[in-house]
Amino acid sequence: MEQVLIKKVEKTFENKEKKQSFTVFDDINLTVNPGEFLSLLGPSGCGKSTLLNIIAGLDQATNGEVYVGEKLIKTPGSDRGVVFQEAALMPWMSVIENVMFALRKKMKKEEAKEHAKKYLKLVHLSKFMNSYPHELSGGMKQRVSIARALAMDPKILLMDEPFGALDEQTRSMLHREVQYIWEETKKTIVFVTHNIREAIMLSDRIVLMGTRPGGIRKIYDVTIPRPRVITSPEFVKLEEDIMSILGGEIEKVMREEMGDDFNSKKASLLYGTNNNMGDNI
Amino acid sequence: MFPSPLLSVKQLYTGFFETGILTVALTESMQRIAIGFTLAVIIGSILGILIGTSKLADETLGTLVIALQSVPSIVWLPLALVMFHGGAAAILFVVVLGGTWPMTMNMRMGIKNVQPILIRAARTMGYNRTELIWKVMIPASIPSALTGARLAWAFAWRALMAAELIGRGGLGRTLMDARDFFNMEMVIAIMIIISVIGLVMEYFVFSKIEKRVLSRWGLAK
Repeated sequence: MEQVLIKKVEKTFENKEKKQSFTVFDDINLTVNPGEFLSLLGPSGCGKSTLLNIIAGLDQATNGEVYVGEKLIKTPGSDRGVVFQEAALMPWMSVIENVMFALRKKMKKEEAKEHAKKYLKLVHLSKFMNSYPHELSGGMKQRVSIARALAMDPKILLMDEPFGALDEQTRSMLHREVQYIWEETKKTIVFVTHNIREAIMLSDRIVLMGTRPGGIRKIYDVTIPRPRVITSPEFVKLEEDIMSILGGEIEKVMREEMGDDFNSKKASLLYGTNNNMGDNI
Repeated sequence: MFPSPLLSVKQLYTGFFETGILTVALTESMQRIAIGFTLAVIIGSILGILIGTSKLADETLGTLVIALQSVPSIVWLPLALVMFHGGAAAILFVVVLGGTWPMTMNMRMGIKNVQPILIRAARTMGYNRTELIWKVMIPASIPSALTGARLAWAFAWRALMAAELIGRGGLGRTLMDARDFFNMEMVIAIMIIISVIGLVMEYFVFSKIEKRVLSRWGLAK
């Protein structure tokens, strides 16, 4: 368990050819408490994945610092496990070899194998240890990816829309599994999503991010007791609260893409602007 | 003047089991192609990996390779004969040259087309740049490298035959000798050997390896 401290982080993308620059967000300040499950929620383009990548060390902040525990983050490292939207498994390695791949920097082969088995058991994939990634379903691949990240015993687990590409049944099953894993391992988890229900379902705190200017709009404490039920009154209330702010943010994004006369009330008949913001959970 | 098929087969028999000239020629050609192909694959892989991983190498060496690739390797033979004072080394040089460029280009493409997400994932596990090349980029480009090897074989084999027609020893020289003696049955017999070797390599070596690799990498249909 380790705390994550994000201090005055700014990210600007330079376009060298056009000599333009685009600031995704500036002055992000956020503390993720040890053992906390925190979600970054926002419309596309708000920089939630960028922020996660900065914590992971895969992207560099233009300004500001990120600390995990006492350590200033500059590069990726095995103290932070990352689960991407795609499972990113090495296709030439079997399931167990993929998990062992994350451990080979630290352990001898035999030790890594035992360790990998333990984590595959945690995600209920012991039976498929010797299968190859192309033989697995999307949900199973993502579970291997989670086992791989956990096997390194990272201080924090970063998840970048890990279930975004999965179907509904698989997704809700994996929600239960992630909660179980979180309770078992007591990891600090930072979870990026654009799905309100997913965020409420899983998190202790939800950080709502907006766009243009990018940044944190509001932080919600989720106190609903677990296991959470989508239809409970507190759940629905919080969902409406978040939607009331997020709706405006989405409209901004839509206007940007479709022109100024775009109006979500009129367009909802055609597009249903809310339809990826929690309806499908 | 046009040879009879039956006599050609008879020539094959005598060439292999009585006089032994075909056995000698075949052994020599096979030795050359084995050495030439191996060298081409090794050199091509190294060049391809270098060009694929370094932008500087791509802009300098890479351009040169593309230029050299369009020169049929047999064109180098006159120069090679002078450089190596004639003989076997010149032929080997042409064979290696023929195989190296397709190997290089395919290896480069394999390295360039590695999914970035795999590299990102490996970076989060603490692998550094050199380790990424060895443990992610090279294994991920094996299917491409295989295509490269297949092409390298085809180019090297053609280069070898052409070089032997002009140079010394092997099946190519024996073919020319047969022509000088106006032994057209022998010419056909040698052509049969050449095509059989091509077929064996294609169907019993490369196809088999490719099938296995593609299914392992999850690329098979």
